[in-house]
Amino acid sequence: MLTWVVIGLSIPLWAPYDPTMLAGPRLQPPGSEHWLGTDALGRDVFTRTLYGVRHSLPIAAAVIFGAIVIGCTLGAIAGFVGGIADEFVMRSVDVTQSFPPILLAMAVTASLGPGLGNAAIAMVIVWWPIYARLMRAQVLGLREREHVEAAVASGAGPGRVLGKHILPLTWSPIIVNSTMDFGQVILLAASLSFIGLGAVPPTPEWGQMISDGALHFYRWWIAAGPGLAILSIVLGFNFLGDGLRDILDPRSK
Amino acid sequence: MRAYVTRRLLAMPFLLLGVITVAFILSHFTQADPLTSILGDRQMSNPAVVEAARERWGLDRPLPVQYGIYIKNLLSGDFGTSFRTRQPVAQDLLVRLPATLELVIAAMILGSAVGIALGVLAARFQDTAIDNIARLFALIGASAPVFWTGLIVLYVFTVKLGWLPGPGRVGGRDVAPEFITGMYTLDTLIAGDFDKFGSVMAHLILPASVLGWTVTGIVSRMVRASMLDVMNQEYITAARAKGAGELRILFNHALRNALIPTLTILGFTFAYLITGAILTEAIFSWPGIGSYAVSASRGLDQPAIIGVTIVGGAAFLIINLLTDIAYAFVDPRVKLGARAAT
Repeated sequence: MLTWVVIGLSIPLWAPYDPTMLAGPRLQPPGSEHWLGTDALGRDVFTRTLYGVRHSLPIAAAVIFGAIVIGCTLGAIAGFVGGIADEFVMRSVDVTQSFPPILLAMAVTASLGPGLGNAAIAMVIVWWPIYARLMRAQVLGLREREHVEAAVASGAGPGRVLGKHILPLTWSPIIVNSTMDFGQVILLAASLSFIGLGAVPPTPEWGQMISDGALHFYRWWIAAGPGLAILSIVLGFNFLGDGLRDILDPRSK
Repeated sequence: MRAYVTRRLLAMPFLLLGVITVAFILSHFTQADPLTSILGDRQMSNPAVVEAARERWGLDRPLPVQYGIYIKNLLSGDFGTSFRTRQPVAQDLLVRLPATLELVIAAMILGSAVGIALGVLAARFQDTAIDNIARLFALIGASAPVFWTGLIVLYVFTVKLGWLPGPGRVGGRDVAPEFITGMYTLDTLIAGDFDKFGSVMAHLILPASVLGWTVTGIVSRMVRASMLDVMNQEYITAARAKGAGELRILFNHALRNALIPTLTILGFTFAYLITGAILTEAIFSWPGIGSYAVSASRGLDQPAIIGVTIVGGAAFLIINLLTDIAYAFVDPRVKLGARAAT
């Protein structure tokens, strides 16, 4: 994964070809000139695959960040204020989670219009409930703790209690959870692009490239690079998540 | 128990209403006139049709009234008309539902069988190479995009090896079996046409394996953990002391109890299978709801997408409800209500 981050940052400096320009004959099989061959327009698949990480990682980070900001805010309000606010937030969570994630993402993106930005918005809409639930459960648990009661008794306002005495204690499970989600978000983003709702050509996006590869089915190398890229990066995050889970949940040892 | 089921059942209509509301918002949240989302571009040029639809969906009325009409139309099975197939969306979905069901069920069976086998192996050989390989295999299944693994298995098994037929549910020249359930495996069996049954199975095996692979990890992890749990209990030691063979202990004593917690996650795997089915169907030209949804998205066929979303949401709700209730029946130790309270 670290390798991927390094590649993403440095690729423009050393890429053998330009990701969107013609680099050679069309549909060349892999060889010494083009390690992963060329696609239907004669672009270098290897270069495009490496460039793909510059779309996947930032999008996934943005989606998770957005989901955390919205989910945690609403979750904290729900848990802390309770009453109608709680009902409203939690019923919205229930309804959002009644959809299979990809279907909701597809419907939202299709309504907003295809494109990576809109796909990201759709994915935030799909993902925020997870963090809202997590945050609410945390806040509910912490609210009963003695140090919080002490703060309330000594006259601290609700904002101060929430910000100073509760929120600082809630971050670790949220960070752990977001690491585990990273791979899933990358997969979903690639899926949306594959369907044609995410990245638009000629963006070197992995899902989009595999969709190209499916069109030229017998030229297996077009999809090989981006497929391996997704596999390696998601596998990396899943391993990390698995490891974290083992550490945090002794039952799964 | 009864209180729990009642509470869950009572919540259902509200959740369904929520699902419909989201669909309503989405169909009004397009850049274009919501009419386009009902009629499609082509019919928009026909003033008479436009006027009729405006009337039918009450689009000249205030929003709350529109909302009411929308719900009424949905409840009477009117999801609008797909502008690609020019058929009512509800009809399109009904025709395609059995294909998706067949694929998802086959994938669930394959995925769980392999997952259980891997889980038992991993638990029996805990912390050995076998344990790690089983984990790696399961993780790859969960990490690789199905629309890519689908391409690979098609290339290898169909193009290179020629062992299995290509995309679709039946061979190019075959006619579909007579419609009974719409699930070709069942239909051919009922008709007693075993040749065709073989062909249908051969077409089913690749997409079902690819799809099933995505959930082996979820199942195998659960089985492994609960097997390890169970293996340390006294009755296993007792069985061993009485001289029961290792295999007998594994399958008769341990696995049977380890499977109970696995039941809970079957509903969970269903969520993954729906996601995966959409993409798997697209790759294998499987004429189900998934490939319908994908072509709808590619063609920005709004009514079709929203129809699939509503149906998918409703199906999802019902499956989750059934899983939870089934689990409550299977394991009386479950603290009912603990989940509903969150």
